[in-house]
Amino acid sequence: MTAVTITHPAALAALQQDNPVTEVFHDAWSVAKRNLIGLVRTPTTVMFSTIQPIIFVLMFRYVFGGAINIPGVRYVDFLMAGIFVQTVTFGAMNTGVGLATDLQTGIIERFRSLPMARSAVLAGRTIADLVRNLFVVALMVGMGFLVGFRVHTGVVPFALAIVLLLAFGVALSWVMALIGLRTGNAEAAQAAAFPLMAPLVFASSAFVSTRSMPGWLQAYANHQPVTATINAVRALTIGGPTASKVLVALAWMVGITAVFAYLAVNRYRRSA
Amino acid sequence: MSDAAIVVDGLVKRFGPLRAVDGVDLEVPAGTVLGLLGPNGAGKTTIVRTLTTILHPDAGHASVLGLDVVMQAKAVRKVIGLAGQYAAVDENLTGAENLRLMGELTHQPAASIRPRADELLERFDLTAAANRPARTYSGGMRRRLDLAAALVHRPPVLFLDEPTTGLDPPGRSELWAMIGELVVDGTTVLLTTQYLEEADRLADHIVLIDHGQVVAEGSATELKSKFGSTVVDVTLRSARAAKRAAQFLKPVGAVEMTDERTVAVHVPDSGRSLQRVVRLLNENRVTSEKVGIREPSLDDVFLQLTGKPIEPTLDDADLTPEDRGAA
Repeated sequence: MTAVTITHPAALAALQQDNPVTEVFHDAWSVAKRNLIGLVRTPTTVMFSTIQPIIFVLMFRYVFGGAINIPGVRYVDFLMAGIFVQTVTFGAMNTGVGLATDLQTGIIERFRSLPMARSAVLAGRTIADLVRNLFVVALMVGMGFLVGFRVHTGVVPFALAIVLLLAFGVALSWVMALIGLRTGNAEAAQAAAFPLMAPLVFASSAFVSTRSMPGWLQAYANHQPVTATINAVRALTIGGPTASKVLVALAWMVGITAVFAYLAVNRYRRSA
Repeated sequence: MSDAAIVVDGLVKRFGPLRAVDGVDLEVPAGTVLGLLGPNGAGKTTIVRTLTTILHPDAGHASVLGLDVVMQAKAVRKVIGLAGQYAAVDENLTGAENLRLMGELTHQPAASIRPRADELLERFDLTAAANRPARTYSGGMRRRLDLAAALVHRPPVLFLDEPTTGLDPPGRSELWAMIGELVVDGTTVLLTTQYLEEADRLADHIVLIDHGQVVAEGSATELKSKFGSTVVDVTLRSARAAKRAAQFLKPVGAVEMTDERTVAVHVPDSGRSLQRVVRLLNENRVTSEKVGIREPSLDDVFLQLTGKPIEPTLDDADLTPEDRGAA
């Protein structure tokens, strides 16, 4: 077995090296297209991930909002930054559910037998979810404007806020990718993700100022990634000191992406 | 060596304490069909997953067209196609989109992707359904699309993992005909199956596998003559007569009651033994309603070698991952 001679023309052709960089982009885009078609053909999943934040907007804007007093800020402007981040946070669950479904149906098994870039399955999923987030965030911005949300800074800071939101979505996608790959089952991925996401979203500055919380909870709420991102988005849409808040949020995103992209890619390779 | 398209040498794959594949050697000459036949859990799928580079072996070597499945995995993936129970098509994509996706992911020239997809849809009788999402397909259509998806890049070596499991008999024959055509084209095929008829019909060479080990191999005819036994079925007029016959026929060969009036005698040959059965029936003044002779099937071979039948029970069939995924 040591000195096998390769004579078959197809085998000789197969040994030729491909350009690894163009291959990754090409394959990731093919997988992303495939995922986006899936999203368009199953509109209910996108619908459900927008209905929840819409209900929250209506509830907090018109039911609880009157009772919440944030000094110096219109509550609707305060609220919408929280809603945007809530939307991308829960939306990230789709990454995990999508990957788990692909494992379950066996499509990933087929991808593994193809001469495609290994990273394309995860990258393609993340790209598709980025596009989905862009759509959902645009929808929520429109919703915000309808209920009286206004940007008090300018076009550039607002555009930066959107970029920050999308980047946070990508970072969380990697966390969810890991959960999806570990559970390998759509329902289990969803069940595992919610208890992780809920304390991040609700024990944050999304709906109320963290100052109204007890001290121990404040300590957590002030130092977690969702609050960091909300504070940065708020600064970029309402005004006030911005740079340090954006930097803290970026640091969280880079950290989360670095750790979880590594873990998820590793998991994907290992689960072979 | 140069003629073998697939070579497996001392392959071992463990899952925890379980040795799913326990020292398997195989050699598949180019342009032939090898049938891996065994019950659920015998290790067939694990062998296929190793050969298709999805799993890494714990010991031993395997190569496809001389390319090592571990060291040259990427090159192996370019020369193989995989279809069957664990590989899947995308439910949300149409048949045409599924095939075009495979064309892109196997890096076919952009201009050839669409015509190749259309050609395969035509060949697998899916043109009418080409623009419908695959989730609307019947089981048979889905398997045909699955097989077409494995052929997009014209792989010289094809792995079919239980390609017809879960199909009804007409769907099965249809797929068999399509697989038969591939072999005419010179494709080397490794096929796993739980269906004896499938192995008998499609495979040039059959490897019986159980508990991760090869228990026997040869052509269907060789296996039957080597390990199978001819069976004489004698149906009597009453259950009482059948019980008596089961006693006095014992000297001819192993006896079993297949129903309350039928005795099956496993005999070494179909000539002399049949005469002895008839003579014993006469001597004991038992009138038979029917005497028949059955040539050995691969099922008998497997039963004799492993002491258990091979055909899947309904419970096993219900537990394929695809079914769970679809549920």
